Amino acid sequence: MARPTLFDSGGYRGRRRFGALELRDPQRELFLFRRRLLYAFLFVLLGFGGLFARFVHLQVVQHGHYRTLADSNRIAVVPIVPNRGVITDRNGVVLAQSFSAYTLELTPARIANLDQTIDQLAELVDIQQRDRKRFKKVLEESKNFESLPLRTKLTDEEVARLAVNRFRFPGVEIKARLFRHYPFGEVASHAVGYIGRINDRDLERIAEWEESANYKGSDYIGKVGVELSYERELHGTTGVEEVEVDSGGRAVRTLSRVAPSSGNDLRLSLDIKLQEVAEAAFGDRRGALVAIDPKTGDILAFVSKPGFDPNLFVDGIDPTNWQLYNESPDKPLLNRPLRGAYPPGSTIKPFLALAALTSGKRTQHQTISDPGYFQLGGGGHRWRDDKVGGHGLVDMYKSIVVSCDTYYYVLASETDIDDTHRFLSQLGFGRKNDVDIEGELTGTLPSREWKRRRAGNRVDDRKWYLGDSISAGIGQGYNAFTPMQLALATATIANDGVAFRPHIAKSIVNTKSGEQRAVAPQPTHTIAAKPEHIAFVKNALVGVNREGTGARAFAGTKYVAAGKTGTAQVYSLKGEKYNAAKIDERLRDHAWFIAYAPADKPRIALAVLVENGGFGAQAAAPIARKVLDFHVLGRAEPGAAAPISSPRDVDDTSD
Amino acid sequence: MGFTEVVGRVWEVLTRRIDSFLFGSALALFGVGLATLFSAADQSVARMSSQLMSFALALVLMWVLANIPPPTLARAAVPLYVVGVLLLVGVALFGVVVNGSRRWLNVGVARIQPSELMKIALPLMLAWYFQKFEGRINWKDFAVAAVLIAVPVYLIKRQPDLGTALLIGASGFYVLFLAGLSWKIIGGLAVAGGAAGPFFWSQLHDYQRDRILTFLDPSRDPLGAGYHSTQASIAIGSGGIIGKGWLNGTQTHLDFLPERHTDFVFAVFGEEFGLLGAALLLVLYMLLIGRALVITANASTLFARLLAGAVTLMFFTYAFVNMGMVSGLLPVVGVPLPLMSYGGTALVSIFIGLGVLMSVQAHRTLVKS
Repeated sequence: MARPTLFDSGGYRGRRRFGALELRDPQRELFLFRRRLLYAFLFVLLGFGGLFARFVHLQVVQHGHYRTLADSNRIAVVPIVPNRGVITDRNGVVLAQSFSAYTLELTPARIANLDQTIDQLAELVDIQQRDRKRFKKVLEESKNFESLPLRTKLTDEEVARLAVNRFRFPGVEIKARLFRHYPFGEVASHAVGYIGRINDRDLERIAEWEESANYKGSDYIGKVGVELSYERELHGTTGVEEVEVDSGGRAVRTLSRVAPSSGNDLRLSLDIKLQEVAEAAFGDRRGALVAIDPKTGDILAFVSKPGFDPNLFVDGIDPTNWQLYNESPDKPLLNRPLRGAYPPGSTIKPFLALAALTSGKRTQHQTISDPGYFQLGGGGHRWRDDKVGGHGLVDMYKSIVVSCDTYYYVLASETDIDDTHRFLSQLGFGRKNDVDIEGELTGTLPSREWKRRRAGNRVDDRKWYLGDSISAGIGQGYNAFTPMQLALATATIANDGVAFRPHIAKSIVNTKSGEQRAVAPQPTHTIAAKPEHIAFVKNALVGVNREGTGARAFAGTKYVAAGKTGTAQVYSLKGEKYNAAKIDERLRDHAWFIAYAPADKPRIALAVLVENGGFGAQAAAPIARKVLDFHVLGRAEPGAAAPISSPRDVDDTSD
Repeated sequence: MGFTEVVGRVWEVLTRRIDSFLFGSALALFGVGLATLFSAADQSVARMSSQLMSFALALVLMWVLANIPPPTLARAAVPLYVVGVLLLVGVALFGVVVNGSRRWLNVGVARIQPSELMKIALPLMLAWYFQKFEGRINWKDFAVAAVLIAVPVYLIKRQPDLGTALLIGASGFYVLFLAGLSWKIIGGLAVAGGAAGPFFWSQLHDYQRDRILTFLDPSRDPLGAGYHSTQASIAIGSGGIIGKGWLNGTQTHLDFLPERHTDFVFAVFGEEFGLLGAALLLVLYMLLIGRALVITANASTLFARLLAGAVTLMFFTYAFVNMGMVSGLLPVVGVPLPLMSYGGTALVSIFIGLGVLMSVQAHRTLVKS
């Protein structure tokens, strides 16, 4: 013991200030050591006690909280997309159906180098330039966390090759998806429409329906045609699957499942065979045709030429095709029957005749003398008739059959435009007619009120002039109707003045119960006209095809068809003589034909428009004939309808 | 000699130095660990056999250590310590950087981590030192001991590997504590440590501060540094009182738990066996530590006492720090759970420690006589 005093710290003998033991006595040394060891033991107990308290806190006190966290970790609620309903024509021919196929999908948010990944994938499966372009386009429109299709409809071999290499590509998945297929392609494309990827505007619409939950997991929605207007019938109810997922989000097993219920099938009133006949009759020409069953309002054919291939739109159209469609001067994406507004030309005459009979402005026997033109007052503007030298004495029957313009110039000069407006709007002109395909235009049925409200700075632009009435009197001027409106008006006349809502859906079929909900024919109203007046007009329309402007096209029919030709000016000739050969094709007149058959018991009423087709009798009437033949006789006459640019033939000019 | 005699003799040689109580409780813990590992490693037979191979090696080393008398161990103390410090200096100068830390030294055939060696070399050295000056220990000796601790701790902290530095510092402190370091100094150190807190904070690396901040509030970064901690708490907490059952832990089997067969194996255990299992595990650890403390208390020399005490307390420290970290009581540091975590090095180190304890127990009468 060297310096005992310095380090003696009291307490135990021999214990130093800095804690060193200076005992020779092994017993005491051992005692002190064991006491320290006891402290250490207490320290151990304290530590383990603390741990135990922590475990109790976690596993008993907070157990519920952590249980919930663990469950929300592992359980994911996955929507199961329902099968979209099938669309068929009135005879059950499938126009749109869904099938399941594998797609290669990429989640851009999880992929560092998108281009490189696509290049690597291209070594495994066939990825065309247009697939890449389409993917880029979809990518620009998407939100970041979506998985987007790169290649669709993979073959079994491609699926196998990708599955083997999947580990190399995080963020790349093979998914089984439902695809929409339109077996008829362009045929009836504007009626059936197509589905496409849901965009922000669609999301708003879904939110308005309060269907957001039902569209969880749905990638597609109807965009055009009945796919759009019957979206909520076709979509179905989304199912829910609770799955256990691992930390990578991969489903491990199913915990519970509420099966989806498929969308309702939609049976259209459309007759696809008739539709094909009608589209074939158009050949390469642009135009529209609407055929309606006058007794029910069933739309039998709905043609808009040129059409488009709806199959291209389903997965997002590639930019090349999009450009082709969007920039084509033929406007294949324009729904002409509903959204094309054209001057009706002479097809308006029978309706004006009926208006004059109803108002008492004319009787059927009153005649005028037609010198070949109409002149207002003494030396005013001359409105030409089509026939040089005029038709001579013309009564109402003849005015329709030969389509005498002068008769209607005179009539218009004596009739108030607002009276005409009131009468014609009953027939569906200048308004929407609640057709079950979206996008109807109102068209223009002019009136003083309409002109006053029309945009225009000068007083002249807003004031109604007599000259306006006279132009309108032969279906030119401000008049602009859709083919649907003309078809509806024709159907209403054919049905003796009882109007039906035009509709393309015939019945909705619940796929589970088989229960059918028919779209009942709804007579909307009866026009204010006397039956004998309607009968007179109908008789005159039969006369058109028997001895008038439609006679050539309807020569030799085995049934009696009623019709009326029409030619709508696109380009004002200002008194010059029309020479088709000299005029650019797109400035040529539009050809119209309205018709119904059989005349005594009409089963079909239609309106045909051929854009820049020239004369109605030449371009439009033969198409109408083919459609009527097929529908009434059940077979089509062979051969194309009519050549497009035959020069004006004097015998055919009365229009 | 008959066959049975030969067998009997071999058995005697094999078991002579083995403490059955210590070995029994270690075996029980290892068994529980193996079962948990089977679940954590998704029933991988490869993992099992690899762990069992390590176990075989560990048993051999335990037996060897148990048969080396403590004085022989004492003779190895200085060389081991010196070599350890030199290697640490070597790491600082020529070490290989892995994951931003310079912890490894390339010695031609393999890369070694000298800090592992230091875990045993430091308590050995200190025990040897206090033994050497037994009966004459004064404050200077504690000062020397403090330097002996500070050198490796500083070198390891610089790597940087704060967790290991603190653990090695703790092993040194345990020797000082058992050697009788004054309570006043212990108190003084605690006060000084508290006061120097802000200074140490400023000395910490960003990732170290991150870990501490994340520990204080795991929701601060639930997908980054806090992810391990959060998911482990969810695993343990959702286990409840009786657990989800062996092989049925959802956190474990759905891949939410990181490091689940190594450092976070206790989360798997807690999830599948619940509070009852955790309590049983604590009891098993208590039995092993209790037996080790009895061995320590009965050791015949100061060297043996200090060495056995330090080994015992380190065993406790590893278990406590690991379970504390996994259950969210302590910040995340890379410490395996003794006898439970997968990994050969850790298992071998534990059994070497157990071998030392057995040697102390077995050789106590010899030295005494």
